[in-house]
Order: sequence, then structure tokens, then C-alpha cells
Amino acid sequence: MSDSRYAAQHAADPDEFVRVSDLVKIFGDVVAVKSVNLAVRRNEIFALLGSSGCGKSTLLRMLAGFEEATSGQIMLDGEDITAVPPYRRPVNMMFQSYALFPHMTVEANVAFGLKQEGVDRAEIHDRVFEALDLVQMAGYSRRKPHQLSGGQQQRVALARSLVKRPKLLLLDEPMSALDKQIRQKTQIELAKILEQVGVTCIMVTHDQEEAMTMAHRLAVMTEGQIVQCGTPQDVYAFPNSRFVAGFIGSTNLLTGTIVVDEPDHVAIECAELTRPLYVSHGVSEPLGMEVHVSIRPERLVVSRTQPQGEYNWAHGMVSHMAWMGSYALYQVRLDSGKVVEASVPSLQLAQSDAPGIDEEIFVSWDADSATVLAS
Amino acid sequence: MKGPNNTGRSLALGLGYFFLYAPIISLMVFSFNDSPLVTSWSGFSLRWYGSLLNDDALLSAAWLSFKIAALTATAAVVIGTWAGYVLGRMGRFRGFALYVGMLSAPLVIPEVVLGISLLLMFVEMRGTLGWPAENGTFTIWVGHVTLCMAFVAVVIQARIRDLDRSLEEAALDLGATPLTVFFRITLPLIAPALVSAWLLSFTLSLDDVVLASFLSGPGSTTLPMEVFSRVRLGLKPEVNALATLFILAVGTCVVLVNRLQWRKESESK
Amino acid sequence: MKPPALRDWMPSNRTLAVAPPFLWLALFLLVPFLLVLKISFAELQFGIPPYTALAEFKDEAIQLSLHLRGYILLFTDSLYLATYLNSLKMAAITTVCCVLIGYPMAYYIARSSPAVRNVLLLGVILPFWTSLLLRVYAWVGILRNDGLLNKLLMSLGIISSPLEIYRTDLAVYIGLVYAYLPFFILPLYANLVKMDLRLLEAAYDLGARPWQAFWRITVPLSRPGVIAGAMLVFIPSVGEYVIPEMLGGADTLMMGRVMWNEFFNNADWPMASAVTCVMVLLLLVPLALFQYNQVRQEEAARGARA
Repeated sequence: MSDSRYAAQHAADPDEFVRVSDLVKIFGDVVAVKSVNLAVRRNEIFALLGSSGCGKSTLLRMLAGFEEATSGQIMLDGEDITAVPPYRRPVNMMFQSYALFPHMTVEANVAFGLKQEGVDRAEIHDRVFEALDLVQMAGYSRRKPHQLSGGQQQRVALARSLVKRPKLLLLDEPMSALDKQIRQKTQIELAKILEQVGVTCIMVTHDQEEAMTMAHRLAVMTEGQIVQCGTPQDVYAFPNSRFVAGFIGSTNLLTGTIVVDEPDHVAIECAELTRPLYVSHGVSEPLGMEVHVSIRPERLVVSRTQPQGEYNWAHGMVSHMAWMGSYALYQVRLDSGKVVEASVPSLQLAQSDAPGIDEEIFVSWDADSATVLAS
Repeated sequence: MKGPNNTGRSLALGLGYFFLYAPIISLMVFSFNDSPLVTSWSGFSLRWYGSLLNDDALLSAAWLSFKIAALTATAAVVIGTWAGYVLGRMGRFRGFALYVGMLSAPLVIPEVVLGISLLLMFVEMRGTLGWPAENGTFTIWVGHVTLCMAFVAVVIQARIRDLDRSLEEAALDLGATPLTVFFRITLPLIAPALVSAWLLSFTLSLDDVVLASFLSGPGSTTLPMEVFSRVRLGLKPEVNALATLFILAVGTCVVLVNRLQWRKESESK
Repeated sequence: MKPPALRDWMPSNRTLAVAPPFLWLALFLLVPFLLVLKISFAELQFGIPPYTALAEFKDEAIQLSLHLRGYILLFTDSLYLATYLNSLKMAAITTVCCVLIGYPMAYYIARSSPAVRNVLLLGVILPFWTSLLLRVYAWVGILRNDGLLNKLLMSLGIISSPLEIYRTDLAVYIGLVYAYLPFFILPLYANLVKMDLRLLEAAYDLGARPWQAFWRITVPLSRPGVIAGAMLVFIPSVGEYVIPEMLGGADTLMMGRVMWNEFFNNADWPMASAVTCVMVLLLLVPLALFQYNQVRQEEAARGARA
């Protein structure tokens, strides 16, 4: 669904906490952010997903207050914070490089924000250690940042950004500085902490796995605009465009013409397949229109025997097979010349007689495995 | 990968450093020469060091120079850091090129130009405003600060450029006003550069002959002026002694500061 | 006064924040120079100030008198012309010598390992911190007829009568190169040390020999450093006073000495001002080159950081 349609549908959402309306940022003659509309609910973890240069970081910086919006509005908990300087916003950010003050101890780093508020010493001490306990870094309070590992620095940075109990927490590529090994574990841990504390969070990342693991909802951005917004499952299963389909996970893209158009199903004639496609949901495009269809590799079933039915299967030859550990990736050259990818779980391969390279093969899929793309 | 040529390297560096240090060493060696003919060695002696201690003119000139140098360094660091910060942190603004131009002028313009211009201005001010009443410590100080602030600005600007901007942003994000950020985050982090800049200004001020000559008045003779007027007339062994003391003092300080910085840098790695 | 932290903040206070250092420079650099310009058009007179006023209000009219005596003398008197040309020539030769000696030094220092580099750099910086006056004085002791150099060469039997170097142009060249060498090495070193060595590796990988890689890659990339260093040597050398005065002969014509003499010995302020103005004019081109190079490096550094 497009973002404006979404916004319209949820206009009266009582849980809405952050609302970004028509936000634009222009640098010289470069339009970094083109009229973005966004609504984030209270206590929701929301991810902005996109590759570098898509405008997500600029958007985040505008939310933090480090960039002045060229036009548009940012509402937080009913208050317009568009023109409020960063040191007066109830917003805190965890930086990609963590930005821990090197000349201060861990304790001083976390206490810094509270000191600026004028909180009294006893309360600062309590809250600082409360935050450090949350991230399990209380024992390191006297160390300096350069004495900590990357993961430890991240926790301190998180504690520092949570100790002020901000209305909105911003995370800038939170996992980018960590090794791949510990990334997944940290993602889950971080999400748990955020849910435990109960804070609204907007994070920015280029790693779709990160977004899908941590976020309740995400928005895919490219070239300064949000192209799709929804829960990770929705966006993955029902991408609205070739861009989103290809950006999140990998997919097989087919092009064809609608030959049967019913409210609850459509059939598509496709030159790349010898049999028509049958999709089990209705589409808004009319009969005869050319559309694109996306089928995820894990939805393609591979077998040596010809499937039954008129629709949703094709014949071809295995051109390449890559063993990925938990699954195998088959590249199949169909009779039409089109190459598709199918991913087959290792379990299935072990149980049956797995086809090898240059062998003839059939690929088939369910009626609800294919999605018609809007663009 | 091929490294640089070793004989070429030894030759270039060896000759270069010999060229740089031969005069300094010769100065120091001949300060211990018993003969008043500086370059004819007649025996080891510390007499010239003794005569230094009795040389009132030289000592009072030295005291004045140290005072002016300390005042200059402090003022130059304040103004120069301000300028360096503006150049390093603020984006393009109208007149940026003019700003950079005016700031780099004292670095390269011959000191006689600066000296003449400032002196003429002070004379003019005396004529119209009646102030400053006479040239002396104040006028020399102004000249030195104008010269040194440009050097400070260069040093500080380079350091600030290398400073991670996200540290200042994080402080803002946590609720610190820009002023607080400057004093609690930026300044502590560039402190070593501030010290270097102070020492640099101190040295430049202490060593200046031209500006001091133009801008001094009755009773305000600086050390370089005193030394210069003496050596114009020939070689003077007390000057050798003075030079040796000076070189040893400066050399020790520079090496110490360098060791400290090197250790600090290795620590944070 | 608030120093701003980020460029978009407090735009109304921004001029307030940017202005003070600018004001100091305007007051103590720009205004004095404008004054010099004005006085260069004045005429010598007895009294205080020892020069005439530029504009006088007389008989209900403002009379502007621009005396051009100074300028005319400058351009017609062969001595002044010769001095200007000689200053430029000496500064140019000094710069070339600094490049020839300083480039290899800066290069080898930059390519050393960090610990060695630190020591070598310290070695270049140390003389810079010790008094220039005293070091030039040291050269007097070395270059005189009865100085160290001659004594050494004669005792080795290389020469039989002393080389007359002191009080000649050669002594001034030695002094200038000696004094300004660190000024050339440091900016060039700063540039060379930041060069990405992988560019050289890529060149070798593509078949270039070390000498070629040096000329085709290192040298062009080091251009801003060379320009900065060269200008830091050339421009001040043109107006140098102390070194020519201590080491040069009576016939070593340099602008710094002329300006000093006009001012102190002849008390001819308008003349000294005129000489100053023409000198600044002469230096405008290298000055502009220096500023332009600085701003370009500013922007490059800014761009790299963005």
C-alpha cells in the first residue's frame, strides 16, 4: 500500500504517536527527502529500510533535529517539533558510531543528559545505574569508552539514549559496527530491551534482515520516498512493486497479460511460462493489462514428476545448484529460456532423490504463492 | 610493494638534517669557548654564562619578552580558536572567502608590511583619539596577537576538522546547548591542540624582531631587539650562551610534550 | 557570545558568532593597510603627523590631493626597480632550493613507519621552535672569513684563502633557505602523509615502475601541498628583513631593508607607504594563489568528510 493511502486509513488512529507530514529536505539542488508521510504508533519499533543515498538518514536527522526541514511537519505526541532545536526535543538518538564521549567515563557519559536537565545528584546516580543495569553494563561504570569492546560500547550508547526516558528513540544503523556473528543475537536482545522499556522507536538500516527481525512495522525507502509501508510479513509476502520485491529477499519476476479477471482470482498468460499463472487474489488492473508477478524462490516446488493441473507449473533443466547449508538454491532454465531460482530445504533434499545439474525438472507453485505487483 | 630507495633516503635525510642542525650545534659548542673571538677556540669556559647573569639590559629585555609572549599566546589562542572553530565547523557563509583570506594573510605577508601598517595606525589613533599614548607593551602585543592568531587558527581548524562531528551532535541530542557543547565537549577534546597553539604563539612572539622594532616605544626593548642590535655589530659570545640556554630549554619542552602526546596516542589505540 | 555548534542553528546569532575574530582582523589588518594606502598618497611634511592629509576642507570645497611623488620615484628610479626585481628573484631561487631539498625530506619522512616518522618530524620541528634570530646569527659565525666553514676548509687544505661568503648574496640565500625550509616541509608532509598508498599499489599492479608511479601519481597528488609550502616560503621571503640585514652585503638589495630604511633612517613615511603598497601589489598574485589553494583544500577536506 502506498504511504498516503495508509495515512488516510489510519488518520484517526488513537495510538498514533509520531506523525510526519509532507516532509521535504533539499540540499542545494538535490532533493534528499521528497514529501514523506509517516505515522508511527506508541511503543512501536519502526524501521526505515533502504540502500545508501535513499534519504533515510536525512529523514532520521530531521527527526532528531540536526537537519532543518525545507518544508513539512513533524508531530510528536501531539506537539509540533519541526522547528525545535535538538537539545529541546524529547527525542534521543543512538548514533551509528555510538559517539561516546572519549574523555568521560561510562557513568559520566550516561549521566550527561540528565545533568543538562538539572536533575539532582542522587536521582542522576539512581537513574544512571538503572539504565546500566538494563543493558548489563553496571560493572563498567568507571571505564572509559576506549577500554570497551564494540558490543559494550553499543550497550552504553543505548543506556545513554534511554536514561532520559525520551518520547522517541532513534537508532542509526544500530548493528552496522558489529560483527556478523553477534548481530543476530544483539538484534533480538535490543528489541527485547526496547519492548521492556516501552519506548517508541524509529530505526534506520540498510540490512533487511535487521529490519525484519527487530521492527513491528517497516517502510521501504528509495530516492527520498517511501514506496511501501507495513509489517515485515505483509511487505515480504505482498510487495507492491518490482523494486520492493527485489529489495526484500530475492524473487522471481515474470511478466504477463491478464486473461481472466475475477474478484477473487486472476489468470495470467505469460510468455515465459508454457502454462498460465493462476493467482488466488483479485487485482485492480483490468483485463488485458500487462502486469508483473513475483514468486519467492522458497515457494517454488521442485520435482522430477510432472505436476497435476492446468496452471502454475513449468518444465525446465537445472542449470546450476548452490549448496547453502540449510537449503540449496536451484537455478532452473525453463523451456522458454527464462531462468528462475528455487530454494529447496536440505531436509527435503535428504529425504528424496535430489535432482542434479543438467537434469530435467519441473517447478510448480501454489495459487497463493504468486503476487501481482502494482508497478 | 617496493619501498622508497634506501640510499636516496639516507642521503636526503642525512644531508637535510645536517644542514638544519650544524648551525645550532656550532652555536652551542662555541658558547663554551673561553675566547671572546667566538670562532677561535681557546679553551673550555663558562664565563659567558656568568656574564649573562650580570647583563641587566639583556635580563630586563628577556623579562619583558616573556611577559609579552605569555599575554600574546593567551589572547591569540582565544581569538584564533574562535576563528579556527568558525572555519572548521560552520558551513559556507557569505564572505567565507574573505574570512579565509584575511586569516591567512598574517601567515604569509612580510612582517615589515604588518609592522609599518600597524605603527601608522597607532600614530593616527594617537592623533585623533589621543590613545594609545605611547608605543610599548600594548602595541607590541597587538601586533603579535594579530600575527599569532592566524597560526592558531590554522592549527585549531585542522584539529577540529578531524574531530568527529557526531560527538557534538550527541551532546546536543542529550540536551546540551551549543555553548555547553563547546565548553564541555569540543574544548576538552581539542585541548592538546590548544596547548600546541599556545606554545607556538609564545615562541613566535618571543622570537619576533621586526614587529617589536616597529611597535615598541621608549623603555620597551624586547629580547630579540636587544640581541639584534648587538649582533649587528659582530659576534658576541654572551649571545652564544643565551642561545644555548634557549635551545636547551625549548628542546627539552618540545621533546617532553612530544613524548606525552605520543604516549597518549598509543594509549587510546 | 555564543559559538554555534551546527550551521543551521540560531541564524540570527550567527553573525554574532562569526564576527569577533573577523572584527579583530578588520581593525588590525585591514584598516591599517587602508591607512598605508592613504599615506602613500600623502606628502612629507614636518610636524605630527609627518605627512599631509588626503582631503582638506578649504574654501567650502573638499580638496583631494593625491601626491604621486612616491610612486613616480618607485617606477622611475632604477634602484627601486632593481630592488623589487632582486627581491623577487631571491625569493624565487630560495623557493626552488627549498623544493629541491625539502621535497625528498618530506617524502621520506612521510613514507617512514609511524614511530620513525614521529622522531624525524620532531627533528624538523625542533629548529622551527628555536629562535630564528639566533640560528641566523649562528650562520654569521659559520660563514665569516674567520668563521667555522673557512677554518675547516683551510685546515683540510681544500682552500688556501678564505671564501668570501659572508656579506654576499650567497650568504643570504643560505640563510633564507635555512630559515624557510621547515615552512616548506611541514605543509608538504601533511599532504603526503594523507595520500592513499593503495593508489601506488594499484599503479605497480598495472605495471608502472616506481619512478613512473612517483611522477604520475605522487607528484600530481602532492601539488596542493607543494603550492602551500612554496607560497609559505616565497611570499614572506620577498619582504624578509632580518636575514638580508645580518648576512647580506651593502649591495644585497631587498625590499624589507628598503622599507625599514625609508621608515627608520629617512623617516619618509609616505615613501615607505608607497613602497609597501607596491610590494603588496606585487605579492597579490602569489597571495591569491595561496588563498585559492587554501580554500580549495578546505572544500576538498569538507567534501571528503561529507
